[in-house]
Amino acid sequence: MTSLPDTQPAKRLGLVIDLDTCVGCHACAVNCKEWNTGGHSAPLTDLDPYGADPRGVWFNRVHSFEAGEGERGRTVHFPRSCLHCDEPACVTVCPTGASYKRAEDGIVLVNPDTCIGCKLCSWACPYGAREYDEDEGVMKKCTLCIDRIYNETLPEAERVPACVSTCPAKARHFGDLADPASAVSRLVAERGGVDLMPELGYRPVNKYLPPRPRAGLAPAGDDRSPETTLSGFLGWVDRILSR
Amino acid sequence: METLDLSPVVSDEVTCTTCYMCACRCGIRVHLRNGQVRYIEGNPDHPVNRGVLCAKGSAGIMNHLSPARLRKPLKRVGPRGEGAFEEIGWEEALGLAQSWLSEVRAKDPARLAFFTGRDQSQALTGWWAQAFGTPNFAAHGGFCSVNMAAAGLYTLGGSFWEFGEPDFERTKLFLMFGVAEDHDSNPIKLGLARLKARGARFVSVNPVRTGYSAIADTWLPIRPGTDGALVLALIHELFRTRKIDLAFLRAWTNSPWLTIDAPGTAEHGLFARGEDGRPLVADGDGRLHAWDAPDVSPSLTASVTLTDGRRARPVFVTMAERYLDPALAPERAAAVTGIDAGRIRALAAEIARVAFEEAITVETPWTDWRGVRHERFVGRPVAFHAMRGISAHANGFQTCRALHLLQMLLGAVDCPGAWRYKSPYPRPTPPPILPGGKLGEVAPGAPLPRPPLGFPTGPDDLLVDATGRPLRIDKAYSWEAPLAAHGMMHLVIRNAWAGDPYPIDVLFLYMANMAWNSAMNSAGTVRMLTDTNPDGSYRIPRIIYADAYASETVAYADLVLPDTTYLERYDAISLLDRPIGSAEGPADAIRHPVVAPDRDVRPFQDVLLDLGARLGLPGMVREDGTPRYPGGYADYIVNHERAPGIGPLAGWRGEDGRKEGRGEPNPRQLERYIENGGFWKMRLPEQALFMKFANRAYLEHAVAMGFLARPEPVVLQAYLEPLQRFRLAAMGHGDRQPPDHLRGRIIACLDPLPVWYPPFEGEAVEEADFPLRAVTQRPAAMYHAWGSQNAWLRQIHGENRLYMHRGTASRLGIADDDWVHVTSHHGRITVQVRLMDGVEPGTVWTWNAIGKRAGAWALDPRAPEATRGFLLNHLISEHLPGGEGEARLNADPVTGQAAWYDLRVRVEKAETGRSVTEPALPPLAPPPGIAAPKGPLRFGAAFGRSPENRAKGR
Repeated sequence: MTSLPDTQPAKRLGLVIDLDTCVGCHACAVNCKEWNTGGHSAPLTDLDPYGADPRGVWFNRVHSFEAGEGERGRTVHFPRSCLHCDEPACVTVCPTGASYKRAEDGIVLVNPDTCIGCKLCSWACPYGAREYDEDEGVMKKCTLCIDRIYNETLPEAERVPACVSTCPAKARHFGDLADPASAVSRLVAERGGVDLMPELGYRPVNKYLPPRPRAGLAPAGDDRSPETTLSGFLGWVDRILSR
Repeated sequence: METLDLSPVVSDEVTCTTCYMCACRCGIRVHLRNGQVRYIEGNPDHPVNRGVLCAKGSAGIMNHLSPARLRKPLKRVGPRGEGAFEEIGWEEALGLAQSWLSEVRAKDPARLAFFTGRDQSQALTGWWAQAFGTPNFAAHGGFCSVNMAAAGLYTLGGSFWEFGEPDFERTKLFLMFGVAEDHDSNPIKLGLARLKARGARFVSVNPVRTGYSAIADTWLPIRPGTDGALVLALIHELFRTRKIDLAFLRAWTNSPWLTIDAPGTAEHGLFARGEDGRPLVADGDGRLHAWDAPDVSPSLTASVTLTDGRRARPVFVTMAERYLDPALAPERAAAVTGIDAGRIRALAAEIARVAFEEAITVETPWTDWRGVRHERFVGRPVAFHAMRGISAHANGFQTCRALHLLQMLLGAVDCPGAWRYKSPYPRPTPPPILPGGKLGEVAPGAPLPRPPLGFPTGPDDLLVDATGRPLRIDKAYSWEAPLAAHGMMHLVIRNAWAGDPYPIDVLFLYMANMAWNSAMNSAGTVRMLTDTNPDGSYRIPRIIYADAYASETVAYADLVLPDTTYLERYDAISLLDRPIGSAEGPADAIRHPVVAPDRDVRPFQDVLLDLGARLGLPGMVREDGTPRYPGGYADYIVNHERAPGIGPLAGWRGEDGRKEGRGEPNPRQLERYIENGGFWKMRLPEQALFMKFANRAYLEHAVAMGFLARPEPVVLQAYLEPLQRFRLAAMGHGDRQPPDHLRGRIIACLDPLPVWYPPFEGEAVEEADFPLRAVTQRPAAMYHAWGSQNAWLRQIHGENRLYMHRGTASRLGIADDDWVHVTSHHGRITVQVRLMDGVEPGTVWTWNAIGKRAGAWALDPRAPEATRGFLLNHLISEHLPGGEGEARLNADPVTGQAAWYDLRVRVEKAETGRSVTEPALPPLAPPPGIAAPKGPLRFGAAFGRSPENRAKGR
């Protein structure tokens, strides 16, 4: 079994995902795959890629479903990836120490050299965020683009996870959720960001912003015009234009 | 703890070019590692996508590395459709094409039909067709959006999407009608995010609540094909409640123009014109003036007697009479659209409230074309956007016109907060180009005098002979489709097969999957491609096809010209074609080879210029007969001039590269584009940013840049006189007469003011037999057929279901995951359902172009695309029910737009035990060398911290 860092990480790096503007376009999922397949956890293997049962490793998957009924019904687009929990059962359950949580920033990673592919972590994760690479026999997962966010070969502005950089609806935000003054913390405070399944006690770092209240259409007032005949209407036109 | 490399080298080289994974033309940065493509991301500096990139764009690597890529030219050696090909060299391939094409050109150039799909080089292909001399040219617009383009260009001189955009930064109310999620996707997503962050309201009118509609404040689930009735009810409400921008209508639209009021005469409903031909207006005292005479304050209401004694009335009076009619009231529209009358009234009230009570200003003085100074731009912050859900119906042209009229009534055209023209639009209404190919204009060995596509303004401009017979193979610009500004690609194969109106010798297609998802009646189309004459020869004698991939259509070609991918060639995203400019200013861009092809393929545009030179086409050879553009498309992009100083690219012109818009060719132009990230853009002067149709500063700028010929205003056409000319002919006036069976339809549908009429297919079948409407929706993560061979995208959309409303299914005894038969008047498919709530109850729908024919696209024949995917196309006919004879086309009667969203079906539960969709056409044999590799795909292993690289200690 694997221990968590002795002290709470100084930083809690994570994502804030805005369910108000996510249109379920999968841009984040594909750009994530594209970046990461050549990165820290390379490759994100695809099995049977042109066959009857194509299935690959994806660190980020988007689920679309409906919730509510009638007028309150809505379609929800829900991107799902590792939440980099403060209390990650996927780490504590790991028999070899391959799964670990970084003390510096709280990012949860897997060391492929010590991972034995036992899949205990994927059973322990309630969010389904772990991705087993069958071909390689090791577990993989979202690294929060650790090879990007600190990457000194990239311009400073680009040191954000690929999913955040690419999101066309600007529904994804990255930052330090331990810092109450960070842009992401403020966003969570302003918009009432929530934990996913908080009752389970894993204390996820990533937050989801609920949809903003929607402005319904107010019923039209009774503004019938005094006269609906053509001549009455044209008379009004002339009065307006001769002012 | 493991040792991490937190700063790995991402790439050796980053090159900026333009995406091609859909039609948005976003800027991309391509990262290369060891000469291979490693990562593609959005270009933050690019005006279209500003750094973001969608799922398709991010999956471009998988298109580039697709096993479906063709590797050499192919010559058919067995029967068509059986996939028996021999790989040949380019010299032989081009020699063959040249021999076929030169024979046609010497005999009758019209016997070549040249059609391209979702191509982005139409400025080149159209020019080539004109030089060849065939009128039978178009791209895929007749399928896609000609209703939007034509309605927009004839009405506003711009259009939704391509030639205009919502002012996302300023609008307070945004209404989106029938938009598929793959179109203009990154700009729309960026815009919606901005809009929602500002607290602006977003209303989506769409039968399906997916994608964008899912995040709308208000979703109005409308019955497909009835949007026009909704819009006319909104217009009725604005008239009834007197919420109309009268000053805007008077100053900038043709509302005050006088129409001749002489029913039964040949000029009834045409504009009253002065001796110089200019339309007339009346002032408040009933005196007549040319509409553009100085210091006239035209009346919107004064009907007058003309000097010849005839009566005339302003357009506005006809409009008021039409739209005050209680027949258009929300209660009536509710019965048609399925949207509650109270909601329609509330929407109209909200539109009016925002337009008039929340008007905004931009404090920049400007001067209109008359010379009148305005202290500021006044904005009516209501913006509209619409696309295929409006377009692909037989009433789409008029519905789009109705939307544009609604914009005019609000004064919400190109002002702050409204829909705005993308530069270089507006253009004149319509652009002053007539289609080439009239009688006598097609001659052996000669070019056409004008481009094949243009904008007719009356019966004299049609491409028909003295008896009314169409002169184009697709019957575009005939009485069946007078304003067919994008051609009618969907009819080419059927008409060529039938020899109606005449047979052809060569069918030349580029990137158009006509043997599958780009055709209505896909199985029937395949039969036509393989059908033979009694002597055994093919009904369509020769088929040349250019594509990069082993699509379904490859199997039916006699000669296949393999294209490169978008990362291996030059392209111009040109102001002469579909520009990428914004409301803030013009922009254009290039593609350039980021990597070299690893196989014997050539860019289609190079091939086309090469063929043109071999055929000796004018403009493509020098006087001595040598190629004019020996450097291929790149050479053409730099050196071709459409008019003196006007070429494919507007940036860095002139010998020293200092000119914009107009200027001599600059030999270093492409280098300058590459240095600048692959694109050029310019910002319009502040005083030219809005009201461009009448803004002197803008109009003068547009002339200087070469966008407009003259600095004349673009008058917004509330009333569309060209339509009335066709109607008058249908009423029996004039020499050019339509066939009798079309007269009634022309009179009813070609109304010069927007009307709504029910889609034809629904009127031609019994409601009880076909009670449901069926439409397709585009997924955001897939584009046309191309996504299927993409190893990543096919994991997102590898199969499709028929989506159905839960309540509707329940009434039919259908449960989730059941298999059903879907039957139209034309055919039957068997597919699996998925039930949902977010769909208009009378509508069923599916994702477009997911279904693939087994054996195509280098997929395993058991791929889910072939076994569980399907096309609605099998249910759609080119014709309306009732046999061909004098039957009408399943198309918009104005533009010929394919009405594939008018489909009516019934759905019945299928017997149990089904697991494969039907029809399942026999598997195609793949072309030589095309096969899906076995084993896992480990793309990226070479670049990253893979097991092999860790073993090497990297």
